[in-house]
Amino acid sequence: MVSSFPKLLGATVITLKLLSASLFFGLIVGLLFAILRLNKNIFINKFAYGYSYLFRGTPLLVQIFIIYFGLGQIEYLRSTFLWVILKEPYWCAIIAFTLNTGAYTSEILRSAFQTIKPGIIEAGQSLGIPNKIIFYKIQIPIAIRQSLPAYGNEIILMMKGTSLASTVTLMDLTGVAKYIISTTFKPIEVFIVAGGIYLFMTFIIHNFIKYLEKKYSFSQ
Amino acid sequence: MELLAFGKTGWGDELFYATLMTIAVSVTAMLIGFFFALIFTPLKLSKFKSFNLIGNFYTTVIRGVPELLVIYLFFFGGSGAIMYVASIFGYFEYIEINAFITGSLAIGIISGAYSTEVFRGAIQSIDKGQFEAAKVLGINKFTQFYKIILPQMLRLAIPNLSNVWQITLKDTSLISVTGLVEIMRQSYIAAGSTRDPLLFYSIAAVLYLMLTYLSMKIINRLETKYSKGY
Repeated sequence: MVSSFPKLLGATVITLKLLSASLFFGLIVGLLFAILRLNKNIFINKFAYGYSYLFRGTPLLVQIFIIYFGLGQIEYLRSTFLWVILKEPYWCAIIAFTLNTGAYTSEILRSAFQTIKPGIIEAGQSLGIPNKIIFYKIQIPIAIRQSLPAYGNEIILMMKGTSLASTVTLMDLTGVAKYIISTTFKPIEVFIVAGGIYLFMTFIIHNFIKYLEKKYSFSQ
Repeated sequence: MELLAFGKTGWGDELFYATLMTIAVSVTAMLIGFFFALIFTPLKLSKFKSFNLIGNFYTTVIRGVPELLVIYLFFFGGSGAIMYVASIFGYFEYIEINAFITGSLAIGIISGAYSTEVFRGAIQSIDKGQFEAAKVLGINKFTQFYKIILPQMLRLAIPNLSNVWQITLKDTSLISVTGLVEIMRQSYIAAGSTRDPLLFYSIAAVLYLMLTYLSMKIINRLETKYSKGY
């Protein structure tokens, strides 16, 4: 139990790398698609809806397998520069996680944008603030604050999702845990250590989001 | 297209049975989850601190640890634990438990943690006055729960339970690592033997989309049924 701890801790670094990279790119993708969802053009709107429906309706495992095993099959892709990225399981995992969390994030942000009271935007307009500035300086900050609790859940779900990277040969926390279990046949001990590390991360994320919620709450 | 034909030449019938297996595992896991929720929801709502602690421990640990890790625990630890129990009764042969049972149990425990939270939330959001009114009218605890609390609770719980169902359905893809032949495992086998992973994993995605779409339709109907009178 003690001897497995350093190995698992080392693997935690990969888990954290995967998590932070996919959250960073996922937030950008999510924001982009949330804005597209609010677009009045029906095609753009439907496209963004289709994206989020597709990625929320299928298991993350399928998405990783399609990107890692499936895309490599296309001959054309192998000849382009994309192949440098797509042959690495690390980048495939990040692409899959990004697209997955992006779909959930876009839904969270969309509902946050929709709950902003129209009066706030009207107040901005009547003060003569240009629409672009209203969007960047008023709507986005409010939407981010509104979506903090839901986004906190999404971060925790994504942290758990990174465990699927172990299915495409990446040695993240779950991958190493599985390796130690299958070589030592001590599932319970390893589960306690690895599960403890995951729980600790959940605890930190949970409290960090709580702190942010308090810091940026409307009523002071 | 002939790869997907039914019969000996194609993978159509295999994928069809795999889909049925996914549905069977999801339903079993959901029911096991309800069973766990039935035990842990009262614990979480109990007046006693130590009961609360047990309930909170269950939901926090399961919801904070990746599903895959829980499945590995069951897959590698399951037969060991059963053999240990059997050895107490004097049985020392190797016991291998069925992948279906291990898988449904692992997913069921995960789904149970989410269901527990849903039921807890639903019961807590029922007005305190309802409990008090029932008490004043001299209705016993059992009738109070089945005739007053449960109908109101279900209406609140169904939208969230539908989320739990979707999570459970998607989580079943993870039991493919234990070798149970459901959609994901079947696609893996088919992709391996035909060298056409893109096709088969895309079909897996379509099958999952169909399942989530159909269950959404059914749940929406249930929702309108139970929200009658409001």
